[in-house]
Amino acid sequence: MIRAFLAILRRDLALATRAGGGGELALVFFLTLVVLVPFALGPDLNLLSRIGPAILWLGALLATLIGLDRLFQGDEEDGSLDLIRASVLPLELAVLAKGLAHWLTTGLPLALCAPLLGLLVALPGDAMLPVAATLLAGTPALSFIGATGAALTASLRRGGLIVPVLVAPLTVPVLIFGVSASNSALGGTIPFLTPFLILCALSLAAIVIGTIAAAAALRLAE
Amino acid sequence: MASLTELANPTRFMRYSAVLLPWFSGVALVLLALGFYLAFFVAPADYQQGETIRIMFVHVPAAWLALMFYTMMAISALGTLVWRHPLADVAQKAAAPIGAAFALICLITGAFWGKPMWGTYWVWDARLTSVLVLFLIYLGIMALWRTLDEPSRAGRAVAILTLVGFVNVPIIKFSVDWWNTLHQPASVFRMGGPTIDASMLWPLLILAIGFTLLALSLHLVAMRAEIMRRRVRTLTIFEAERLDRLAAEGAAA
Amino acid sequence: MHESCAARVFCLRNNVLTLPFAPSFPRLALSAEDLACRRGGRLIFEGLSFSLGGGEAIALTGRNGAGKSSLIAMICGRLRPAGGHLRIEGAGDAPLSELLHLVGHRDGLKTALTARENLDFAQALLGEASASAQEALAAVGLPHVAALPVGYLSAGQRRRVALARLLVSRRPLWLLDEPASALDVAAQAMLVGLMRDHLAQGGAILAATHGSLGLDGAREVRIGA
Repeated sequence: MIRAFLAILRRDLALATRAGGGGELALVFFLTLVVLVPFALGPDLNLLSRIGPAILWLGALLATLIGLDRLFQGDEEDGSLDLIRASVLPLELAVLAKGLAHWLTTGLPLALCAPLLGLLVALPGDAMLPVAATLLAGTPALSFIGATGAALTASLRRGGLIVPVLVAPLTVPVLIFGVSASNSALGGTIPFLTPFLILCALSLAAIVIGTIAAAAALRLAE
Repeated sequence: MASLTELANPTRFMRYSAVLLPWFSGVALVLLALGFYLAFFVAPADYQQGETIRIMFVHVPAAWLALMFYTMMAISALGTLVWRHPLADVAQKAAAPIGAAFALICLITGAFWGKPMWGTYWVWDARLTSVLVLFLIYLGIMALWRTLDEPSRAGRAVAILTLVGFVNVPIIKFSVDWWNTLHQPASVFRMGGPTIDASMLWPLLILAIGFTLLALSLHLVAMRAEIMRRRVRTLTIFEAERLDRLAAEGAAA
Repeated sequence: MHESCAARVFCLRNNVLTLPFAPSFPRLALSAEDLACRRGGRLIFEGLSFSLGGGEAIALTGRNGAGKSSLIAMICGRLRPAGGHLRIEGAGDAPLSELLHLVGHRDGLKTALTARENLDFAQALLGEASASAQEALAAVGLPHVAALPVGYLSAGQRRRVALARLLVSRRPLWLLDEPASALDVAAQAMLVGLMRDHLAQGGAILAATHGSLGLDGAREVRIGA
């Protein structure tokens, strides 16, 4: 069973890094979003640095959601999902492996690059680490909440924007606590740890609920 | 043009490029060594910007190469779409990561220069911002190459994207300038400019030529690698089919 | 490697098909009683009954849209029967999905991965490892493509890599949907050999097909006649 779990994880990581896998696209999209904001707001560094955490969080959220429709669709199209359904691994664990692989190739790189992109929005140095930490703690929630939406639309020929539309409202709490934890590092009355721990709790809950819900959606017989 | 058509043959290109490569890279190394020596030990520090001015010796050639490689890609794109030159998409594909790398070097050195000058790593200065957008276009082109795995189809698709980008680059540059002056009237900084001293100009020129030759050598190496990669790919598919036929004939006999 | 490959080709040609690594399966019986299938509100078939035991093969025939693929989806658990029952006996408490191999229209291969990686992945997922990826590829006559990305292969080669999946894990029930599509004559003979071998070990086969399966003992079950 562990072998099957690792096999799914390893395969998805390999697929993301090989040609055409598009594992790096989320990162490029993140960068593009962060670059676009100042064009709309103006290059006022004071303003940008004040809303920097919000820009980074919105960028990471959209970059995660935009590619999610492929999470199960690719496997459904080529029949790999039948293979996974026939495996000795419970479907929940298969979903967990796929969600984990998605986070490792999307959320983790986004969180690691966030401080670098923070430079673009003049994020103060002492806010970089907290922002990266909140993204690190919060992006698993995005991957796994998103996995549910992706599972529901796996068999649709045209998933496209439906997944972000389904999932975005569900990510509101993550966004609220992610941004407020980052902002507390910029000064303010709330201590960093309060919203940060809630964010961690949201992620842990999302991993459990998202996994079970996505597996149920995939198991849904016609 | 006659020589270009001759070069169209990948085998001939491989032969000529093998001869050219050591010369390009050798001269590049000599010029870079000389240029850096002049830049670090001979050229004086700037009276205003101090030692940080030396970053310009890398920053300026990188900016120039980022632009030059995009222009080369646009010409290659024309080569793919209009002249149907068989090496054009190879040249185009090989140029993208090199151009992107120089754009990135330009951005990073700009940031290091900006820290002591402006007190922050990044300022939405019109010039830097334009390079950043150019970098994004480079990334998009590389992503499209990676997504389409059949070389000839990918080549045409990327060529269209490259040309659209090329038409757009001046428009982007203009809009960014406009956007920038709209928000920060006049105060802006002046880098170098025509008042540059001869003691600075010489190392800069030498380094610019050195970096250009280095980039061209890298481009040749990347093109050769791409041609090899395609040959290997074609040969493996061919071999797999041949072995298959042999096995089928063996089973039938 | 070459030797075992040659030996296998020899085996196939003489229809002597006991592979060295194959003990026989425990006795299993799959039975369908009065199955009905409904898709999109339309009744596809009803009153379908059959039973399939170890060592037996069923060729599922019927015109296009008669519900052959739907029946296979039903056995996989992807489609719920609109009526009737599917029963499996003799398997202990293992669910049906863990007893079967499926080679369907969609070949379940990732084009970016090599043939060997695809088969190793299938083996890790399905468990009950038997032949190695390389041995399985040799058995379907493709030992030379192991290191090639599946995207490089022709349709017939891909189908054979998908069939090689049947050999990397031992499972008693083979569900095949048009297994011979895209296969040339030699490869079809190879497939028949693999199926005979599976039956000889006490395995069961249910294959949807337009033509004949090429298996002597196969019963025909016609849907939607």
